[in-house]
Amino acid sequence: MVDCKLDFEETELRLGLPGEKSINANYGKRGYSETVDLKLNLSSKEIGLDKTDLNENNLDKVKNCSNDSVKPPAAKAQVVGWPPVRSFRKNIMAVQKSGSNSEEVEKGTVGSAGASFVKVSVDGAPYLRKVDLKMYKTYHELSDALGKMFSSFTMSKCDSQGILDFMNESKLMDLLNGSDYVPTYEDKDGDWMLVGDVPWEMFVESCKRLRIMKGTEAIGLG
Amino acid sequence: MAYSFPEEVLEHVFSFLCSDKDRNAVSLVCKSWYEIERWCRRRIFIGNCYSVTPDIVIRRFPKVRAMEMKGKPHFADFNLVPEGWGAYVYPWISAMSVAYPWLEEIKLKRMVVTDECLELISKSFKSFKVLVLSSCEGFTTDGLASIAANCRNLRELDLKESEVEDLSGHWLSHFPDHCTSLVSLNMSCLGSEVSFSALERLVGRCPNLKTLRLNRAVPLEKLPNLLSRAPQLVELGTGTYSSEFRVDIFSNLSEAFSVCKQLKGLSGLWDAIPAYLPAMYSVCPGLTSLNLSYATIQSPDLSKLVSQCPNLQRLWVLDYIEDSGLEALATSCKDLQELRVFPSDPFGAEPNVSLTEQGLVTVSEGCPKLQSVLYFCRQMSNAALVTIAKNRPNMIRFRLCIIEPQAPDYVTLEPLDTGFGAIVKSCKELRRLSLSGLLTDQVFEYIGTHAKKLEMLSIAFAGDSDLGLHHVLSGCESLRKLEIRDCPFGDKALLANAAKLETMRSLWMSSCSVSYGACKLLGQKMPRLNVEVIDERGPPESRPESCPVEKLYIYRTVAGRRIDMPDFIWTMDEDSALQHS
Repeated sequence: MVDCKLDFEETELRLGLPGEKSINANYGKRGYSETVDLKLNLSSKEIGLDKTDLNENNLDKVKNCSNDSVKPPAAKAQVVGWPPVRSFRKNIMAVQKSGSNSEEVEKGTVGSAGASFVKVSVDGAPYLRKVDLKMYKTYHELSDALGKMFSSFTMSKCDSQGILDFMNESKLMDLLNGSDYVPTYEDKDGDWMLVGDVPWEMFVESCKRLRIMKGTEAIGLG
Repeated sequence: MAYSFPEEVLEHVFSFLCSDKDRNAVSLVCKSWYEIERWCRRRIFIGNCYSVTPDIVIRRFPKVRAMEMKGKPHFADFNLVPEGWGAYVYPWISAMSVAYPWLEEIKLKRMVVTDECLELISKSFKSFKVLVLSSCEGFTTDGLASIAANCRNLRELDLKESEVEDLSGHWLSHFPDHCTSLVSLNMSCLGSEVSFSALERLVGRCPNLKTLRLNRAVPLEKLPNLLSRAPQLVELGTGTYSSEFRVDIFSNLSEAFSVCKQLKGLSGLWDAIPAYLPAMYSVCPGLTSLNLSYATIQSPDLSKLVSQCPNLQRLWVLDYIEDSGLEALATSCKDLQELRVFPSDPFGAEPNVSLTEQGLVTVSEGCPKLQSVLYFCRQMSNAALVTIAKNRPNMIRFRLCIIEPQAPDYVTLEPLDTGFGAIVKSCKELRRLSLSGLLTDQVFEYIGTHAKKLEMLSIAFAGDSDLGLHHVLSGCESLRKLEIRDCPFGDKALLANAAKLETMRSLWMSSCSVSYGACKLLGQKMPRLNVEVIDERGPPESRPESCPVEKLYIYRTVAGRRIDMPDFIWTMDEDSALQHS
């Protein structure tokens, strides 16, 4: 029986923002001088888990990968759905740390401990995901998490003939040409905004859903 | 010559049968009993909404008054089931709105409920009384407004941990002034503030209100207003239990609690601060159920609190209680039956509290009636588990979550096979078990050999080979639900035990080693099972047959294949096998 090895090519999907200081100044919001660069690093290291061969070694590989990543996540590298804690229980500690901040209480979206689940869509992906923004403290952490979540949307090889998975050729060309994806979000007023302009906390407060658009479609937002 | 009782007599006798098992048995006796029973069955429970269709149910049971149904697999609670998977209740509501105009109760768990559904419920069922939505999603507070406005005899509205799109708190104000029938209201999962005066008036005019669970937005200083209007409450969920400390707030609160002489259950307590805890001391001796899982208070205060509750039967608490608090619990609460300890910092790399296996051991020693445990911790040993097993042979639910996957016995560095083995050997009535830590195929041999009453088993990051799964499927006679993630279980055990799957409600396997080919084979051979492959990488036939599927959900059904699947789920059956061979 031929074991199917799911190798992933080194693929790097860059989400570059046009963010320059001048743009921020025009908006009159509190300017953020750094260009936030949401990189979806889709290297085989980070994806790690070979599904045909699950044993302790591989779990170590996952753990090691997370330690190796360039931007160390504030929380431990997470396996999806582990530990098995329901979303409304996840942020107890975070809430406590912030003190009895009345804003936290007011935000109270789903569940009492202030989780903030928003839908994430990536153009070209067959389905949406949900991510809890309160799990992260910076844009970088969110970008890492999204990268892991959508890491299956890369070229993958099955058996030695190199059969590509569902990605058709044109999408493949996009990836190969490194076309930019642009992260956008819908805010409380229903407007679509570029991710990265405002301070992280303000973003979490106002973000209702995320959409990672293909650069060509995002022109109107710049 | 056969004499038989008139139908009416039999019907009367059957009306004393409440359990589905009994009624199902009765219906198998003979054709006439089957007929009589089906016309007088008033309650139905459907454990898997895809196991049967609305038409089949309605055809057999034409006079149902109460229905209870579950949808998504349990692992949906932990984000393992992709968005859009299914479990839409609308087709059921639509069919029942025509067939069961006298429907009084709907209880749903892990289902997608829309505002449209809620509106249809509120308009179709004139005697509607009870709506319980547990871990459901898909609706907004507008849907709740329809229920409040139109259900004239509403007794129970319970939103237990559902994900509600909270547009505003205005829905509560839709309860008409003449609504006095409420017995139970649980809005604890909602974020928005409701009109307090509307809430006050509602509570004041419902003399039979026994359960009131507020949401976090209800401020502490207003709680006495509600308690004074409902001193008959049996279950209370407070709103936020925090406020700048003021003596007048404290004394109002204290006085309000002291009037609630029937209070048996207390929950909510968000952001609880120690200064306000003594205000509830007067109700503590009467409490049988206490949910402190949102209260971020520390061990000394927790210890003091639980020591005031000698009649406690159920405690849910954060791991802030620590081993020392659990010792206090073991000393004071001899009637304790259920303990759940949740992690305050599940993703932290280092332990933030001093809660170890010792806490659980102490409670297992001190509380002779302890039978139900959910315990999150960071270290465990075989010795501790063996002790717990010896102390508590009466355990029926044992769910242990050691936070680090595949963590070994921290003392000996061995797998925890022996410890869990002791649990299943000793606890002969064990019905539910969740495993964690480092485990080999050996633990599954123990489980298959001894866990004869086990109905639900949850496995993660465990086992070495197919043999593990084989032990479970071939040995656990009472198994109904099996959920597995990240285990090296593959084709052999599944195919060898295919017939077993028809005796179970469902099997979930994700990130295991079951190949697409095996799924197809299983689907082909077992027409009474739905074998559903969930794969987010695209159609499984675009990969070799030997390629493992991402997620697999298998369940028995008389409904045939699903017709409402999203495009990342494929049913394996004869048709698909033919198409793709």
